[in-house]
Amino acid sequence: MDWRALRVSLWLGAGTIAILLPFGIWLGRLLAVRQFRGKLLVEALITVPLVLPPTVLGFYLLVTFGARSPLGQAFQALVGQSLPFSFEGLLVASAIANVPFVVQPIQRSFEAIPTEILDAASCCGLPPWQRFLRIELPLAWPGVLTAAILAFAHTLGEFGVVLMVGGNLPGETRTLSIAIYDRMQAFDDRSAGVMAATLLVVAVATLMVTATLSRRVGPRRA
Amino acid sequence: MAQRRRRPHLLCGLLLWLGLGTAPEAQRPPTIAAAANLNFVLTEIADQFARQRGTRVEVVFGASGTLSRQIQDGAPFELFLAADEEFPRQLTAAGLTRDAGVVYAVGRLVIFAPRGSPLEVDARLDGLARLARAGGVTRFAIANPGAAPYGRAAEAVLRKRDLWNSIRPQLVLGDTIAQAAQFATTGNAVGGLIAYSLVLGPGFADRGTYAVVPDSDYPPLRQRMVILKRASPVATQFYAYLQGEAARAIFRKHGYGVPQ
Repeated sequence: MDWRALRVSLWLGAGTIAILLPFGIWLGRLLAVRQFRGKLLVEALITVPLVLPPTVLGFYLLVTFGARSPLGQAFQALVGQSLPFSFEGLLVASAIANVPFVVQPIQRSFEAIPTEILDAASCCGLPPWQRFLRIELPLAWPGVLTAAILAFAHTLGEFGVVLMVGGNLPGETRTLSIAIYDRMQAFDDRSAGVMAATLLVVAVATLMVTATLSRRVGPRRA
Repeated sequence: MAQRRRRPHLLCGLLLWLGLGTAPEAQRPPTIAAAANLNFVLTEIADQFARQRGTRVEVVFGASGTLSRQIQDGAPFELFLAADEEFPRQLTAAGLTRDAGVVYAVGRLVIFAPRGSPLEVDARLDGLARLARAGGVTRFAIANPGAAPYGRAAEAVLRKRDLWNSIRPQLVLGDTIAQAAQFATTGNAVGGLIAYSLVLGPGFADRGTYAVVPDSDYPPLRQRMVILKRASPVATQFYAYLQGEAARAIFRKHGYGVPQ
């Protein structure tokens, strides 16, 4: 069992959630309540990571931020390290790859809020910000939770982008899924088996928790 | 209730463990990129280096082509041990290395058949030709000639024996020579052309039979290493250690030729 790889995986999952949840709540709500020109394009762009091979994302990230690109060199000069082959680079890649898993459940849960409730709140004189915090967010809570869990689970399982953008640097970009591949290549089937079983258990547990929560928690009464 | 009270401790423990993992960069051992054929030999040399010198290096294995590309894209490796001379040369031309480096080992190719395979192995690949004529080659593993020098050597051997065209549809290409060996040993293929150093590795003895392919059948697998400009003192020490007699003996033990 590669504990460092597990640690990288958990950090990556947590980091992805931390970045994407605020963004997802903002964008999901926007898409649920507003009609605007180009909405179809925005929705398509959000869904794209779901259907694109991870190699496409990896390719673009490397071409854009690699040490040989002007943007990559500027980033290197500014921050002092390159974005690819670093944990931060993985975080960026993971955040992009997980956008659909976060935005879509949140958008659906905001859409499910009956407009009468929102109208009533406005009628009673609640300012928009308070209406959002006290009424909308509690009602959309199951969607937000589902989004977080899906993003976390999906990040643990991400392989293609991580291999391309992160390389296989121990303690930095070697996640558990990469470590399994690495151990297989080293003919160390035992370690690979232990880690594969770990990920399997985590995945099943995650899905069971999601199912239980979505059944039990439900929308909180506002 | 008691159950419940313990949970914050668990959570704190987890967070602490996560936090401790983020060691500052300076304390990390240098990372070394190495061709996949070096899997067993370099692990052994790195362990011995750590025991004798008290400092560790991290070795990441991959296809020479992939690693070379990653270095050009900014991967923080400090030393690169390739499976050929071309990839190090490119890095030198790109101005990323201190100098042109040195040839540290010459690789060898073997034909390997897993236990229970219909393939009979011999140095001239006659058994493979017979099996191919009989239509008995379902899958045959080599490394990807595009990204792995051992794959190019395998292609040269198959061409020399006039087997390339007939066997081509049955080839499975491993990303690295290690993956090709994986395909060849797990019974997913009737056999493969893989690195001598891998079949000499731990746990390989009972997996099947092999024969060493004559060096004259393919361009020599002269393996060059280059030290990168950013290399730390520890990486520089390891670079020198690899050229010393202790390391050379280990290379020989693992089936490599060692240049003078």
